[in-house]
Amino acid sequence: MRVALLVSCLVDGLRPSVGAAALALLREAGCTVRVPRQQTCCGQPAWNSGDRATAQALALKVLQDFADVEAVVVPSGSCAGMVRQLPEVLGPEHPRLGEAEALAARCFEITDFLVNQCDFTPAPLGAGQTLTYHDSCAGLRELGVKSAPRTLLERAGYTLTEMTQAETCCGFGGTFCVKYPAVSVAMADEKLASARATGVPLVTGGDLGCLIHLAGREERAEAGLSFRHVLELLVPTPAPALGAGHP
Amino acid sequence: MSFQVHSQDFIARSRDALADAPLQSALGKLRMGLSVRRREAVAALPEFEALREEAAALRDYTLATLDRQLETFEAQVRARGGEVHWAPDAASARAIILELCQRYGAKKVLKGKSMVTEELELNEHLEAHGLRCVETDLGEYIVQLRRERPSHIVAPAIHLRKEDVAESFAAHHVGREHADRSTAEALMAEAREELRAHFLSAEVGITGANFAIAETGSTVIVTNEGNGDLTQSLPKVHIAVTGIEKVVPTLEDASTLLRVLARSATGQEASVYTTFSTGPRRPEDPDGPEAYHVVLVDNGRSAMLGTEFEAMLRCIRCGACLNHCPVYGQVGGHAYGSVYPGPMGAVLTPQLAGLDDTVHLPTASTFCGACEAVCPVKIPLPSLLRRWRQRAYDARLDGDRARWLLRLWAFFAARPRLYHPLLSAATMMLGWLAGPGGSFRRLLGGKAWTESRNFPAPEGGSFLAGLQGEEFAPTPRKAPSR
Repeated sequence: MRVALLVSCLVDGLRPSVGAAALALLREAGCTVRVPRQQTCCGQPAWNSGDRATAQALALKVLQDFADVEAVVVPSGSCAGMVRQLPEVLGPEHPRLGEAEALAARCFEITDFLVNQCDFTPAPLGAGQTLTYHDSCAGLRELGVKSAPRTLLERAGYTLTEMTQAETCCGFGGTFCVKYPAVSVAMADEKLASARATGVPLVTGGDLGCLIHLAGREERAEAGLSFRHVLELLVPTPAPALGAGHP
Repeated sequence: MSFQVHSQDFIARSRDALADAPLQSALGKLRMGLSVRRREAVAALPEFEALREEAAALRDYTLATLDRQLETFEAQVRARGGEVHWAPDAASARAIILELCQRYGAKKVLKGKSMVTEELELNEHLEAHGLRCVETDLGEYIVQLRRERPSHIVAPAIHLRKEDVAESFAAHHVGREHADRSTAEALMAEAREELRAHFLSAEVGITGANFAIAETGSTVIVTNEGNGDLTQSLPKVHIAVTGIEKVVPTLEDASTLLRVLARSATGQEASVYTTFSTGPRRPEDPDGPEAYHVVLVDNGRSAMLGTEFEAMLRCIRCGACLNHCPVYGQVGGHAYGSVYPGPMGAVLTPQLAGLDDTVHLPTASTFCGACEAVCPVKIPLPSLLRRWRQRAYDARLDGDRARWLLRLWAFFAARPRLYHPLLSAATMMLGWLAGPGGSFRRLLGGKAWTESRNFPAPEGGSFLAGLQGEEFAPTPRKAPSR
């Protein structure tokens, strides 16, 4: 299958290892992968801030950057969810609405894509390692991604211990985390307490925004959990984990 | 508009709430309690998802035919000897209700639990005209004693612990110096005794209505204590006050909504009491009020019809969105500074009070979607919140700094030839400064992040800038040998 990788601006800038893992995994799963060099951001910050004009301009750029592929694959539930909303961003009258609808229909969150489109089994890197999975809100509730990342981790040999609050928002929320930092951090603390209660050393998830926020709070609290994007666990990743523990 | 809000101070109020240990202890119980009970109730009813669809469609149909439904309702109430009063706004609603109380020579008014009368600030108005109002819902009664507002639309005193209630009772109940206030049961018994005297001495009972049934001209209240029933049956006059959107076409439709209401609100299959009021007492009836009035309140609701916010009028006030909102769960209802808190309040309040003073409400959400996922009438709450953000952005009500940063970022994101080298250089520098696995405790201009979180440093260099080529062939891994 010929797919395009939408890297997401957070992965591109903050954690290139996740981009490299995404590319390697898609290739291993038998895909021909195009990584459009002109891509920047899906426009979600503008869309969620109420700036329709900017969101539309960036939506059109996404349409251009990702034309002519069978599937667009994204290592983020949040950005994949945004691509699913492109028709709403353009609005019912827009001349390129049809294109946006077609793109939205062939956009996948990467763990969902690897499991449900490729039936992929990753290399057995997880033997003897235990971890817990944080469901990011957009992946879970906008896209219904719940079992796919867990399936990949289990196929790679990891042992999952679920936390009670796996589906509760961590408080990142894009610009929310800097507009309302006190509330944002209180939400992180509840999430982290739930994660610590599992007794595992590592938290993983499919969205870098949540993980950076949680790792930053865990480090400030001088507590020992580490954090990795789920893709980092499916290929050998030399970069240290996020958070104070970083083994 | 007379709808009072204190939402301008959301940030300060939310910080106070987070630092309020008793409040946090009460909220901790809420977070663990109601959402779990809802989940269990939903799991026990396989057709719940289908019922949500049905309920949403039913509400949409009602709103599309609202004028007809209301006219039918009015005719049916009249046919059964009741009176219907139309209140276009809060001031007229207050005036109508005051006039009714005066017409019947009332000195004391019992109140059943009603959010719309909170919206109208009815108690203050009646008391300013010499009437005594007594809230009879236990939670409302407690909140009234404390001169507070409800912090939750279904559970008004959810922000309080039993110790707080004991303290309020001690301060207000006369002649009970030695009362045992150590258990919830003892507190309930004390409130019951205090209320009993009021039930027998009030001339007017005012309740809300969960539904107004057009086909029968009935109002319905759903409660767990039964005090609402006493409020509408013991006094000689019953006044039901409700929003115009609460009408449903038929008794059958009301039962469809009742099936999702209690499960969504408290995880009960049905509330303990579901009571239908139809007209005043007939000669053959053993009890009931001599006069029955319904006040239908518009107060900004009809202005939402046909707009992008119409779906909000589907709301049946179950409170599930509050119970599942992680922001509400941290800060509680009072932080919102509006009678209607949480996700439903954040959509409704700007409509009732204007956006200028309420811009924080639609902004203070992570768009986590938990509210929409549990809404029994499938209101797309995050999407409606986003529409308020669009209006705020268009009216320049969002902060200048946020706006400027957004513009700057958008400028670069639209120009990949600038964006990529700059991103790569910036992340290279930050990565180098922090070292492998490092993080920042402080960042220039990043106080909002770093005041309580470290900022994990970028690895260094961007993914796209470091990538050789654009097209990559498959590299299927060989199956592991056994």
